[in-house]
Amino acid sequence: MEIKASPNRMQLLMLKRRLTMARRGHKLLKDKRDELMRRFMELIDRNRELRDEVFAQLNQVYQGFLVARGVMSPQMLEEAIMFPKERLALSAREENIMSVRVPRFEWQKEGEVGDIYPYGYAHTSAELDRAIEALSEVLPKMIELAALEKSAELMAEEIEKTRRRVNALEHVLIPRLEETIKFITMKLDETERATLTRLMKIKDMLQARGV
Amino acid sequence: MMSMHRMAVIGDHDSIMGFKALGVSVFPVRDGQEGAAVLRQIGKEDYGVIFITENVGEEMLPVVQEFAARPLPAILYIPNNQGSTGIGLEKIRRIVERAVGVDILTGKEGSQ
Repeated sequence: MEIKASPNRMQLLMLKRRLTMARRGHKLLKDKRDELMRRFMELIDRNRELRDEVFAQLNQVYQGFLVARGVMSPQMLEEAIMFPKERLALSAREENIMSVRVPRFEWQKEGEVGDIYPYGYAHTSAELDRAIEALSEVLPKMIELAALEKSAELMAEEIEKTRRRVNALEHVLIPRLEETIKFITMKLDETERATLTRLMKIKDMLQARGV
Repeated sequence: MMSMHRMAVIGDHDSIMGFKALGVSVFPVRDGQEGAAVLRQIGKEDYGVIFITENVGEEMLPVVQEFAARPLPAILYIPNNQGSTGIGLEKIRRIVERAVGVDILTGKEGSQ
């Protein structure tokens, strides 16, 4: 496949300029893709570690609640956790990683300091206390994991887009430009040879006539 | 630029109600369809992080996908008290496959 261009020097110059541009763009995009990929793999590694950790802890939390439910009546349990004294205040901002906008969370504990239990001790069990404490430990990690996963998701999209562009330049645009340039160069050479032969011929004819 | 957000958890009642004690909004649902309706609704609000238990998450996948391109809310699948169904891991696997072109986590050839 060639790009349609009439074979003259003007076009040749223009095509050569476009080729240089395309090559530079290709290099830049490739660098971008590689860097995105590096960051992405970091995210995935951290994600995997954190995920195992969170899941294990969450499992313990569930078991804690299961035990708590065993020793307390459902109504009491519901009432006990109805009005949270402490809450995690979540704030988010956007961070820019290689032009990908990813969320970044920060959290703060709000409420009465040093007391995460939203109830009096009289009607509740120590099991519930432990379960809630464990949950308050794992929740920040869950938030981080959610942010990691979202970032990875957004970056995956950008990587895919960038890779498409790199491929389009590498396998389509640049080869076409090169081919067209070659075609025009050959065509110009051909015309030049034709002109040269014509001139020699004319010279011969003129000499034969004895001018 | 900082902005305040709430957190939510969607899932079966028994698994998620403990989150209430920490001020997380709790949305108990019976199945994924109910969960999808809830997610559609709260997706419009100012939730920053939404946790979904995996047992109801499977059916909610199409709605979860709607949020894929947006920075917020960040949606995370968590196991419920019965354990994990593996769709959280599946999600990561798909993300990696998309970025790399091949699935490097399990070593199978990707779709691209």
